[in-house]
Amino acid sequence: METKIRSRAIFILIVVVACILGIVAFPKNVQELKDNVHNRIHMGLDLKGGTNLVLQVQVEDAVNITSGETLERLKDELKAKNLPYADIQPDDDKTQNPPIHRILIKGIPQERSADLQALASNQFSDWDLVRVPGDDTARLLVLKASSAATIRNQALMQAMDTIRRRVDALGVVEPTIAEYGQGDFELVVQLPGVDDPSRVKDIMQSTALLELKLVQDGPYSSREAALAAHGGVLPPDTELVPGTESGNEAWYVLNRIAAVTGRDLTGAEPSHDSAGRPNVAFHLNREGAERFGRVTGANIGKLLAVVLDNRIFTAPVIHGQITDSGVIEGGNFTPQSANDLALVLRSGALPASIKYLSEETVGPSLGADSIRHGVIASIVGLLAVMGFMLVYYRGSGVNANVALALNLLILIAALVDLKLFAILALGVLAAWVFSPLVGGIIAAVGLLVTFAVGAPSPGTFTLPGIAGVILTVGMGVDSNVLIFERIREELRLGKAVGAAVAAGFEQAFRTIIDTHVTTVVSAAILFAFGTGPIRGFAVTLTIGLIANLFTSVFASRVIFDYILSRREKGAALSI
Amino acid sequence: MEFFHEPKIDWMGIKWYFISLSLALALTGIVSMVVHRGLVYGIDFRGGTVVNVKFAQSPNVDSIRQELDRAGLRNATIQGYGQASDHAVIIGLDLQTTTSSNVLDTGKQAVITGLSNLYGKGPKGKADFNNASPQTVADHLTADDPLGAGVKGLDAATKTYRDLAEAIVSYRNAPPRSGLLADFSDLRNVPGVTPAVSSALAKDFYLSSYAITNTKIVGPKVGSDLRRQALYVTLAGLGAMLIYIWFRFELIYGVAAVVATFHDVIITLGFFSLLNKEITLTVIAALLTLVGYSMNDTIVVFDRIRENVHASKRQEFSKLVDHSINQTLSRTILTSGLTFLAVLSLFLFGGEVIHGFAFCLVVGVIIGTYSSIFIASPIVVYFYQRLTQGRMSPRVKVA
Repeated sequence: METKIRSRAIFILIVVVACILGIVAFPKNVQELKDNVHNRIHMGLDLKGGTNLVLQVQVEDAVNITSGETLERLKDELKAKNLPYADIQPDDDKTQNPPIHRILIKGIPQERSADLQALASNQFSDWDLVRVPGDDTARLLVLKASSAATIRNQALMQAMDTIRRRVDALGVVEPTIAEYGQGDFELVVQLPGVDDPSRVKDIMQSTALLELKLVQDGPYSSREAALAAHGGVLPPDTELVPGTESGNEAWYVLNRIAAVTGRDLTGAEPSHDSAGRPNVAFHLNREGAERFGRVTGANIGKLLAVVLDNRIFTAPVIHGQITDSGVIEGGNFTPQSANDLALVLRSGALPASIKYLSEETVGPSLGADSIRHGVIASIVGLLAVMGFMLVYYRGSGVNANVALALNLLILIAALVDLKLFAILALGVLAAWVFSPLVGGIIAAVGLLVTFAVGAPSPGTFTLPGIAGVILTVGMGVDSNVLIFERIREELRLGKAVGAAVAAGFEQAFRTIIDTHVTTVVSAAILFAFGTGPIRGFAVTLTIGLIANLFTSVFASRVIFDYILSRREKGAALSI
Repeated sequence: MEFFHEPKIDWMGIKWYFISLSLALALTGIVSMVVHRGLVYGIDFRGGTVVNVKFAQSPNVDSIRQELDRAGLRNATIQGYGQASDHAVIIGLDLQTTTSSNVLDTGKQAVITGLSNLYGKGPKGKADFNNASPQTVADHLTADDPLGAGVKGLDAATKTYRDLAEAIVSYRNAPPRSGLLADFSDLRNVPGVTPAVSSALAKDFYLSSYAITNTKIVGPKVGSDLRRQALYVTLAGLGAMLIYIWFRFELIYGVAAVVATFHDVIITLGFFSLLNKEITLTVIAALLTLVGYSMNDTIVVFDRIRENVHASKRQEFSKLVDHSINQTLSRTILTSGLTFLAVLSLFLFGGEVIHGFAFCLVVGVIIGTYSSIFIASPIVVYFYQRLTQGRMSPRVKVA
């Protein structure tokens, strides 16, 4: 009996030491101890201040681009295969969600339809070729749902990467960028310490689609004027693009095919010309440099438009052949805007535009306010509960309060390092199912690895999370009440102290499991539903209640057994 | 110490008084919701913009309203909150005036511009210290290097000024300043701040007489998504409870527990409606926690009913339930009382942000305990009396 208590007490001690080490690590002096605690406790945005953005990637943009490219490619292929057709046009079904992308081909001669079928299945494997009811000479090329889904997901991932690169380049400390919501291609971006998000938002949102295109003619003062100059029809393979020149609208007719695009860039940085005016220098990869050299060499004296997000940024004259690097100037650069443009060009274009859905900024003083309130409420709640337990249960109240303190210690350690909690939980489970020895070995090996590897995987403290801590205090001590009341009841029935304690723990255990399961189930549903702070609450409450099973049932029992083993025969239990 | 020594209360005999009370409370709540045309939803659900502002002096709400009117924000609500000495105001804009089609923060920027028109913009080129984050302060200090820490290398200097900036900002945020510093020379109370530091800050920053403590903008999509989700999640919570109790006890116990919990949710929402309190995202979290917690007391009673049914098969069922409630009364009251103590301290000291959450739990814990005795238990009794005409106790499977 004695050794059983001792080995259990040692197990509890290991847990305590592991938790304390998890929170403070291995400090060499008091200052380091403070630093460690400070660094290891990760606070959510609602406590430390910062900006939380929810945005939606307009992934349909990316699918539109693909289907536009496919349409052009299809025309080329039909021409190459000498397949006659009357008309080809996009015919997207936008009534569906998500929209179905289709290309309508009309006027295919009956005898050539097999050739079209062969072409489609060989060259356009992401698409299905289907008949059009009522028109034997028409076919629909329909983008496969699976292919469209791949394009959308790739666009989302690429947008996420691009946004991460841009936010990192801005020097935001510990940003979070993650998927959000239920498959609506939404992202949540958390920017700690950012209290004026307008600049970050602009930089994140800029599509940064850079194209350098040769100018055919212009500028014109309006779209109509440009069209009128060409008799209403643009020359083949050209397009009209707007820009601004000394405050007025300026339209140019450009080559549809770009000489180089942002994809050919290997770098971009803010720079300035000899007069000190800011500009942006860029560098091209080998292919891009070759193409750019060819185009600029053949068109000296003509205009080259720098098109950013389908607007002409500037259209300077080509003075000579340019190959691997060039400069974007003009356009009223300030040092800041030159810097921002270089940054977005470096980070690559967004594959699709983004739209902001919600924005929250917590100022640093509100966060500090919340921490102060949370800490005061926790301490008052804890003292009130502990005081009550002491008065109501006297000696056993001490037991309950020790268990409660242990509960809180484990909870805080778990929030500092979730991995640590997982290992301890695994150890306890193994100790229960197999033997304390197996559990002890699993826990010890796990802890050694954790401390050796170092980097904790932190949970996050949020204000609702602190509320979860307080709720854990109130609900955790309920387990002790259920056990103690049962022990009292058994004592009233005339059972001996030892038997009453054993019966009390045994009988109350089932009730405790039931009550904990209901609360953890609602916390789990809450976790699935909520984000950020709400999830912090759900996690805290769940961990607190799981730890409570260990402290109120196991640890509290060990304390009782220890007291009983040292008690004189026949002495009453203080409960 | 002991509150209840073997009570012998005839619970099922007095149940109608309490069921009537419940019906009256629920009805009042529902009538209030109808009169108010639904619940008051927070910004999370209805969309729009809120800006929380804290002023050094008591703000002139009328002039703020005029300024916002001039900016075209006609439906703005301006309310004081917290203690009067906080001089805190919350400005709310509805969805129409908050966003233009593509830009989310039109309303927010208009409010910020309006406030700086009213209370002064500060000298050109200077940043507002009272609205600056530790990062901003640290950046300025590192650039100015008033302590000459640059000689120790960039990393060392960055760390020095980051720590110093955090100390300075937490001094600014602590009461009685609570985010509004009146004079840079006050910073001498912060360890590590030399006159050189104060004057470096005074060179780069000015001190405004107000601080924007919080802004939140919710677009139309997020709001409508959330309303739907909040409803589903509450129903999912109730459904999960039904299945669990069904699995652990019997279907009728699950039904009784869920009816009781639904009763708790309706009455709690009724209180929110009567007191015109906003339903926010954290209130939904509290409501779902309540769904889980309300089960706790019900389970404690049910567990004992099951145990007693198993022990004595001859007793009349309603008497057996009375006996079970009496046996578990002290722990029902104690466990709820202790949880109540914890959430009460959250309600009293937890601050403005968590207020709705704490209120929901304070009300919910009381109602939840009450409903275990007066709603859940009578339903089980009613069901078995109909089933057996009260002759004998039903069989209950023992888990």
